[in-house]
Amino acid sequence: MRDITLGQYFPSNGILHKLDARIKILLLIAYIVIIFCSFNFFALGLVVLFAITTVILSRVPVKMFLKSLKTIIIIVLITSILNLFYGSGEPLCQWWIFTITLNGIFNAITVTLRIICLVIVSSALTFTTSPTDMTDGLEKLMKPLTVFHISVHEIAMMMTIALRFVPTLLEETDKIMSAQKARGADMESGNLVKRIKALIPILVPLFVSSFRRAYDLAMAMECRCYRGGKGRTRLKQMKMGKRDVFACVFMLILISGVVLCDVFLSGIIPS
Amino acid sequence: MSILRTENLGLVYGKGTPFEKKAVNNVNIEINKGEVVGIIGHTGSGKSSLVQMLNGLFKPTSGTVYYNDTDIFANPKELRKIRFNIGLVFQYPENQLFEETVAKDISFGPKNMGLSDEEIQIKVKKAAHFAGLKEELLERSPFDLSGGEKRRAAIAGVIAMEPEILILDEPTAGLDPVGKDVLLSQIEAYHKESQNTVLIVSHNMEDIARISDRVLLMNNSEALMFDTPENVFSRVDELKSVGLRIPEITEITSKLKRRGINLPDGILTVEAAFKEICSLLSKGGKADA
Amino acid sequence: MNQIYAEDLTFTYESDEELQINNSDFVINGVTLSVTKGEFLSIIGHNGSGKSTLAKHFNAILLPTGGKVLVEDMNTLDEDKCYDIRRKVGLVLQNPDNQLVASIVEEDVAFGPENLGVEPAEIRKRVDEALKAVDMYEFRTFAPHKLSGGQKQRVAIAGILAMKPDCIVLDEPTAMLDPKGREEVLTAIHKLNKEQGITIVLITHNMDEAVTSDRVIVMDKGKILTEGTPDEVFSKVELLKKHRLDVPQSTELCYKLRAYGVEIEKLPLNIDDCVDLLAEVLR
Repeated sequence: MRDITLGQYFPSNGILHKLDARIKILLLIAYIVIIFCSFNFFALGLVVLFAITTVILSRVPVKMFLKSLKTIIIIVLITSILNLFYGSGEPLCQWWIFTITLNGIFNAITVTLRIICLVIVSSALTFTTSPTDMTDGLEKLMKPLTVFHISVHEIAMMMTIALRFVPTLLEETDKIMSAQKARGADMESGNLVKRIKALIPILVPLFVSSFRRAYDLAMAMECRCYRGGKGRTRLKQMKMGKRDVFACVFMLILISGVVLCDVFLSGIIPS
Repeated sequence: MSILRTENLGLVYGKGTPFEKKAVNNVNIEINKGEVVGIIGHTGSGKSSLVQMLNGLFKPTSGTVYYNDTDIFANPKELRKIRFNIGLVFQYPENQLFEETVAKDISFGPKNMGLSDEEIQIKVKKAAHFAGLKEELLERSPFDLSGGEKRRAAIAGVIAMEPEILILDEPTAGLDPVGKDVLLSQIEAYHKESQNTVLIVSHNMEDIARISDRVLLMNNSEALMFDTPENVFSRVDELKSVGLRIPEITEITSKLKRRGINLPDGILTVEAAFKEICSLLSKGGKADA
Repeated sequence: MNQIYAEDLTFTYESDEELQINNSDFVINGVTLSVTKGEFLSIIGHNGSGKSTLAKHFNAILLPTGGKVLVEDMNTLDEDKCYDIRRKVGLVLQNPDNQLVASIVEEDVAFGPENLGVEPAEIRKRVDEALKAVDMYEFRTFAPHKLSGGQKQRVAIAGILAMKPDCIVLDEPTAMLDPKGREEVLTAIHKLNKEQGITIVLITHNMDEAVTSDRVIVMDKGKILTEGTPDEVFSKVELLKKHRLDVPQSTELCYKLRAYGVEIEKLPLNIDDCVDLLAEVLR
C-alpha cells in the first residue's frame, strides 16, 4: 500500500519522455479519432504499427503494457464475442441461435485491435509523462476554457495537491486501520451493513485529519504568497522542440495513410 | 515467569523482491510480568515493527511470539482476542478518535470485546481515571479537548480493554513539557496501581531513564542490548556509536568520571546526581554548607 | 534595526463585538517586543501560552485585535502591503507533511517564487541555492512522501528561502521530529542565520533549542514572562520551574548545588560547561 505510484509514471530516458506533455495529449486524442476511422485491415495495420512503435520508443518494459492490458481483458473478450455473433451477411456456420459470419469475424478482430491499441497508446502517455507534467499540460491545453469562466488554474492546482496528498492519506489510512484493529475493530467479517459500519472508525478520523491538513496547507500557501493563477510564473517552461514537430509530422503521416487506405483500398475486404 | 517471549522473531518486507528489507531480525527477548520496559533505537531500527508483531498486527516472517507460553500466531482466529490482552497505543493516537463523546470513544475497545453495557461503563470510568481525565470531560466531544487531553483520551481507549500488557509507541511525542510530565506521571501511576506490564517506545532518553525497569536497545533491526537502564546508559560509547544520545545528566556524570572524579556508573536523574555529588563534597569536606 | 516590532499587541479569536470579551479570551494580551535584524530569537512557552498565535502575526496571517505589528515599517493591517510582508517574513509550520504543495521537491521549493512572478531562469537559480543551503539538493527530484520528517521540514524551509526573505519565523518546527530530524533542522537554521544573516525567530517548547540562540523570550498566558540572553533567562530557575517550564539538566543540577551551598557564579547551560565547572568544584 505504501509504495503506490500514481498515474503509473515510469521514469526513463526515452524520446517519448522528452516530448512536450501538451503535444502528447493532443496526439493521443488525434490517435483515438484515427483508431475509430480506420475501416479496413490496411488502415488498421497502420494503426497497430503506430501502437507498436510507441511501445518501442517509450523504453518502458513490455511487461508494464501487458499489465495494463490485463485489467481490460474481460471487456475485450465480451465485446469481441458480441461482435462475432452480430455480423450480417452469409453465415459461415450456425449453431442454435448463434451465427458466425465473415463480417462478424472481421468486426470482432477490428474491435479487439482497436481497444488494445487504445489502451496501449494511452498507457504510453501515462507511463512517459510525470503527473506534474500531465497537470501542467492539461492546464495549458484547457486555458482557452477560461473564456467560459471555467477556473482552469484552480482545477489544475487541485489536481496537483491531490497528487501530492494521495500517498500521504493512504499512509494515514493504513495507520488508522492498524490503530483501530489494535482496539479490536473487526473489518473482515459480518454482513454488508456491519462492514460499512466498521468503516466509520476509519473514515471519521481520516476526514478530521484531512480537514486539518487542508487548513494547514491553505495557511502554508498563504505564507508563500499564493494568490491564484494571475501573475504566476513557472519553474518549468513548456517549450516545444524539434522532436515535438517531428512527432506531429509522424502523426500527420499516419492520418493521411489511414485516410488513403480508407478511400482507395476500401473494396478489398467488406466492412 | 515471563509474560511475553519472542523466539527468533523476524520480519522481512517484500520478501523475494528486489526491495526486500529486513525490519526485525532474530529477536529473542523475555519480558517479565509487571515490569516496565523502555524500547529505544533511532528511526528505522525496527522498534515499531517489533511492537506491532508483539500484539499480532504484523505477522512475523520467521520465529514467533509467546504470550503466557502460547504462540499467538498459532491460531489466527484468536489473534483479535490477543490484542485485547496486549494493548498497543500507536504514535499520535489522538488521530484515531472518532466518536461523538470521549466516553463513547473509550468504549469502542470494550464494545468490540462484546461486553455488556454495565461492564463497559465501569471500564470506561476506570480507564478515564487511569488516564487522568476528569469525569466532566467524558461527555465532551473528543475534538474539543486540548492536545494533551486528546492524547490521554486515546490512551484510555486502549487501557479500557484492561490489557495485561500495555504497549505505548512514542506516547509523549509532540507534547509540551507539562503535557509530557502529566502523561508520564499518569503512566507511572497506572503501572503502580494495576501492576500490569508496560512497554514504552521513546526517543526521549530522560523519559526512558525515569520510567523503565529494563531498557531494550534496537539497532539495525536487532536487539542490541536488553538490560537495566543503569547498565545500558553507562555504555556511553556504544550508544553514541549507534547514533543515540544518553540522558543529559548521565552524560555529565560519565564525563566527570572520565576526568577522574569518583562517581558511580549509570546515574539517571538530576536528583541522584545531586546526592552523589553532595556526598562527594562532604567526604572531601569541601561543602561550605 | 528593527525587523519586526509589535506594540501592545492583543489578539482574541472572539470577533463578536457584542460579546463581552473576558480578559481570559485574549490569546495575546499586551505584548510589546522587537526583533532585531540578523538575530536568532527563541520564543518559548507552553501550548496555549500564545507563542504560535504571536508567530502568525509576524507575517500578517493573523491581524491584531489591538495594538499593531510593524514589519520593516509596514503595518500588517495595511492590506496593500500583505504580500510584501509575507515575502520579507517567511513562516514555517509545525507539521512537515501539511505544508508541501507539489509532488516533487524542487517544484515545491519553486512554489513561492512562482507566486511572486519571478522569471523562470531566476526561479531555477533560487531553487538550487535554497536546496543547497539546507543540504537537500540531492533530493531535488524526490517525492515528499519518500522523505523523512527532518528532510521534509528542510524542504519547507527551502521553500521559504527561495522567496529571499529577510526573516524566517519557525513555529515549533521540530515538535514532530525524531532526534536526528531535530538536529538536522536546527543545524540548517543556525547555518542560515550565521552564513546568510537571515533573522531567525524560533518558536519552541524545547528549552535545549533555545539555549543556543542570541535572545530568549518566555511567553506565559499571552504575556511576556521574561526575556534576555539564554544565560539571563535560564538562571531564573525558580521562575521557570514555577511556571512548569523545563531548564536544561545541567542548569538544574548546578542550581541545586548552588542552593546547597556550592559556590557557583554562572549557571551552565550545556553539558560541557557543566562538566568543566563541576570538575573544578570537585577537584
